[in-house]
Amino acid sequence: MQTFLKVTAAAALLATGACASQPKPVEDTTPVVENATPVQEEVKIVETTPVVESSIAPGSLEDFRVNVGERVYFDLDQYRLDTEDQDILKRQAAWLASYPNVRILVAGNADERGTREYNLALGERRANAVKEYLVSLGVNASRVDTVSYGKERPVAAGSNDQSWALNRNGWTQIVSGATS
Amino acid sequence: MTHYIRHILVAALLVLGLTAPASAQLRVRVDEGNFQPTPIAIPDFQVTGANSDLAKQIVEVVRADLASTGLFDLQNPASFIQRDLSINAEPRFADWKIIRTEGLVVGTFEELPDGKVAVSFRLWDIYGGELMRINGEPGRRLTTTPENWRRIAHKIADSIYTRLTGEDPYFDTRIVYIAETGPKTERVKRLAIMDSDGANQQYLTSGRSTVLTPRFSPSAQEITYMSYEGGKPRVYLFNIETGRQELLGNFPGMTFSPRFTRDGQSVLLSQAQRGNTDIYLMNLRTRESERLTDHPSIDTSPSMSPDGKSVVFNSDRGGTPQLYIMNTDRSKRTCPGGGSDTACRITFGKGRYSTPVWSPRGDLIAFTKQEGGKFYIGVIGTDGKGERLLTEAYLDEGPDWSPNGRVIVYFREARPGASPQLFSVDLSGRNERRMVTQTDASDPAWSPLLQ
Repeated sequence: MQTFLKVTAAAALLATGACASQPKPVEDTTPVVENATPVQEEVKIVETTPVVESSIAPGSLEDFRVNVGERVYFDLDQYRLDTEDQDILKRQAAWLASYPNVRILVAGNADERGTREYNLALGERRANAVKEYLVSLGVNASRVDTVSYGKERPVAAGSNDQSWALNRNGWTQIVSGATS
Repeated sequence: MTHYIRHILVAALLVLGLTAPASAQLRVRVDEGNFQPTPIAIPDFQVTGANSDLAKQIVEVVRADLASTGLFDLQNPASFIQRDLSINAEPRFADWKIIRTEGLVVGTFEELPDGKVAVSFRLWDIYGGELMRINGEPGRRLTTTPENWRRIAHKIADSIYTRLTGEDPYFDTRIVYIAETGPKTERVKRLAIMDSDGANQQYLTSGRSTVLTPRFSPSAQEITYMSYEGGKPRVYLFNIETGRQELLGNFPGMTFSPRFTRDGQSVLLSQAQRGNTDIYLMNLRTRESERLTDHPSIDTSPSMSPDGKSVVFNSDRGGTPQLYIMNTDRSKRTCPGGGSDTACRITFGKGRYSTPVWSPRGDLIAFTKQEGGKFYIGVIGTDGKGERLLTEAYLDEGPDWSPNGRVIVYFREARPGASPQLFSVDLSGRNERRMVTQTDASDPAWSPLLQ
């Protein structure tokens, strides 16, 4: 992508430089087209993304994020885990069973439509609900820390229902023990 | 109540164009009702010495303080007829009546041989035709070092305000708040402090750790607040003079929502542990803490009554966040709705109520209310009666009282996505105004009157 930007910039410089010094635009357009060719080659590199996906190392942060799921989402004012949340947490628990050296921090978050202090308490409730469910699935409690960020750490910056739904979450973050 | 009647009497006399008798001097009404700001004149002070700029600056701060109350109409000095005022002579009342001045401040500024400055002033009741004594004295003289000039100005404004309204002073105070910078998803939050008029803004913490919800100690020397220092959200003490921060207590869980008790001996705070938040009272000398609530609901945002006997707090034990009052000694109390309980609910209106703050006068509780997609700052009697909403916005949150219980400071996000800014509003709901800060700002708290 950087190469692409450089090429475009170089092409632009050539074009403007030529325009300023010489009134012969027909000649000058040719190098622009020539220089543009490598851009297509860059695109080909981007097309190799499937290779990257298959290269996720089992037990890595990426493996947890992509193949397990790191967040559960709560309803307004709630800290109850629905079946979808429970499925994610079951996958987390199974993954944690496979990688017993992993320690996690569960962060409880709230949307901006509440007062700061109440939301801190609500975030703690949410983080604790996630922890308790993981522990009930056999994860050793000593591997799980919790923290509440209340409404201090939104993942979505918007002020609308969609952002608020994303910001009411329990976020399982791997602290240590993952493979790299 | 007798004050109130006197206010009405004075107002009525003024309306009729009558001269108030000597026993009922100029008195500015602060209560609700039809309201006109009282015209007062504060001409530049007479200067002895070379530093006339400083004298001018002092007068400007006095004028700005009084104007900020919304109670006074600070008259334009260009319109003043009498130009030969002397602090030792009676003003020509007729000259001031022509421009309808009701109160006149006459002052002098002197540079003293030891490098200090002295400001003297007197206050005249133009329609009463007499000097208004201040604390029994014919006037007041204040002396300080030149760099401390703003405090002299605030003290003069406090004297005039108190003499004219009967309210306790509040200009010679500071505001602590959270200065916010950076994008919403990566906000940097620092402890910051400023004078009550927004001057002398300073940061107290670096911003490395997120800090929240500061409150002053009754001495105004310490601040208690919550910090994510070391990744763990806990309550700290900050000493303003030394800049030293100190972790408060040794709680296993998250501690937050701290406030000093009125005697400064203890801090009320919340601890959240295993999904449950309760309120604790921690003695600062013995470092022992006492659990005040023990309920599976969220109990947070405690605030103690001025007499220390009761605590108002936020709890969702009834299903939604509402305000409750308990006795500090945890004994049962008689609830306003009948019956007795360890905690009596006082809010029954539609919506969610939180962040209660007991007025320094003891009779009212300020709160944040959330209802129908809006937030409000309001007040309610300690018996749950007389709820009044003073402000309304997309987000209005976190009220705190001026030390005289007359003005409420809070923060506002005016629209979805708008930055938080500090605002103040008079208890009557009038005179809502922004307090200008260098950065976005939230969580304001008002200091007691400085010593």
